[in-house]
Amino acid sequence: MKNCEYQQIDPRALSVSPLSAQNPAEKKVQRPRRKWEAFPGKNRFFCDGRLILARQNGVLPLTLGLIVVTSGLFFAFDCPFLVEHLTVCIPVIGGVLFLFVVASLLRTSFTDPGILPRATADEAADIERQIDTSGSSTYRPPPRTKEILINQQVVKLKYCFTCKMFRPPRTSHCSLCDNCVERFDHHCPWVGNCVGKRNYRYFYSFIISLSFLTSFIFACVITHITLRSQAKKGIVQAVQESPASVVELVICFFSIWSILGLSGFHTYLVASNLTTNEDIKGSWSGKRGAEESGNPYTYSNIITNCCATLCGPMPPSLIDRRGFLPPDEAIPAAAASEMELPPFTPKSDANMCTQSTKDVLERMLHSSDFHGLCPSGNPKTSPLVQEVSSSAPATAEPSLSSGCSRQLARQAVVDPCPLLTPVAFSKNNRRDSLHSINPAFRLASPSPTLSRRALVLGDGPDIGFIPQH
Amino acid sequence: MAETHSLQDLQQPAVSSKVFVQRDYSSGTICKFQTKFPSELESRMDKQQFEETMQSLNNLYAEAEKLGGKSYLEGCLACLTAYTIFLCMETHYEKVLKKIAKYIKDQNEKIYAPRGLLLTDPIERGLRVVEITIFEDRNIGSGR
Repeated sequence: MKNCEYQQIDPRALSVSPLSAQNPAEKKVQRPRRKWEAFPGKNRFFCDGRLILARQNGVLPLTLGLIVVTSGLFFAFDCPFLVEHLTVCIPVIGGVLFLFVVASLLRTSFTDPGILPRATADEAADIERQIDTSGSSTYRPPPRTKEILINQQVVKLKYCFTCKMFRPPRTSHCSLCDNCVERFDHHCPWVGNCVGKRNYRYFYSFIISLSFLTSFIFACVITHITLRSQAKKGIVQAVQESPASVVELVICFFSIWSILGLSGFHTYLVASNLTTNEDIKGSWSGKRGAEESGNPYTYSNIITNCCATLCGPMPPSLIDRRGFLPPDEAIPAAAASEMELPPFTPKSDANMCTQSTKDVLERMLHSSDFHGLCPSGNPKTSPLVQEVSSSAPATAEPSLSSGCSRQLARQAVVDPCPLLTPVAFSKNNRRDSLHSINPAFRLASPSPTLSRRALVLGDGPDIGFIPQH
Repeated sequence: MAETHSLQDLQQPAVSSKVFVQRDYSSGTICKFQTKFPSELESRMDKQQFEETMQSLNNLYAEAEKLGGKSYLEGCLACLTAYTIFLCMETHYEKVLKKIAKYIKDQNEKIYAPRGLLLTDPIERGLRVVEITIFEDRNIGSGR
């Protein structure tokens, strides 16, 4: 028998040593990859995962351009005249507003709106199990919903086929970004990102400050032209002297209508603690004339609603963009905190769990095979191996590898028993069972056996994983 | 040889299953987990202990998300400094999350690991579930 290490029963010690034993042997990646590089949604990342943006952000440069150009023209052409004739406060106020607008816009665009990480394979399997016990036996089940009571109001939770979980209340799946976003408001093309729980306050401050900025520029330009025309006795001449003002006027005039309207609308939403999504769908407006209009999330007090939405505690990002992927090829973990947790101890627990979980998953799928092949006593392993190799190797291999790798993965990851190696460990299964950390992303890997298993998990054609190549 | 192998069995707990404790949305969208005792854990630990752990977790999350003078002040201060203040200090929520991580580690060491269980911090699962891993005790298995 090959030398297998003996370890203490303490799970933490177990979780640290196999990982460290595994690392030097199995590490093939030259540079440790960060989790954002393998993110399944349609997002773009900048500054090594610090900034996140939607993939389709074509209009954001336009928005920025319009704001910068208009403000630039204002400072260059109108301010000198107004400083001379009125007060120096005008460019100061304009400057402050401009900076605030740009800061809010960039914050809205580059902040994670509250993306929910996709469910791990274990969770998905668990949910599937719970549904199947009560559901029908057709291959493609109907869209699943779950009803819950929130503040004595019935709310339906929908099952997201892409993210494989029941969406929390107020969460919606954005098809443009391919993510479930908490407190989903809308996907704003001007800002190039979804507007959700984490960046709604920045979005709101952006549109409010932009309303002020456009109104301010509009008023200043009108004043400028008026003063000039009074001095020169003619509007036409005044305009001829300062053509840029006309450009600004036109831009501001059209912006003001839309921006002020939008600000007003969002002020109403904030005061009644609604999202654009809910308002458009009319989720809570069934009872017309009722004070609460059925919204279970409202605090029934405008000030409390405003404070809760805009000044409430800032929730953390649930997707760990800058965490490192475990030393595997293309297999990221689905979720982790954004904080710097102490070096691998809690993560290694998770890794350990999911590593062996994968085995459990395989076991679940081949439960009958497993029970037949791997009885309790390990001394029987060698004759068992002969039996297995002589009978059906194709089906037996995965289950045998799952059962035996389960024991071996714990300890002697580097030195498996040589008796088992030639038979039980086919290349794919061995690598997958010992390497993959998160079974959820094994479904996206190009392993043929696993892609079959992915379908067994009962998903429809909505497998939304972007293939990781 | 056979003895060595079975000794290895005895010292290798393997994962037998995972239990997921889902979120409880009865009070709205705040982070709260169900305190109902899962049936799979009945043989491993007592109900009281489990409910106490879940209740403490819920209280900690409630503290993180509490709307009060302090959080409003933090929000307003952040707004006034154009949110640059978060480059220097961490938010109240993050502070409480660290507290939660420490609490879970503590609970694992004292209560769950001796019973062959492991709690996973919900933040690692996107605050969707509390994942409890049940390690199968090989002692029981080898007797078959």
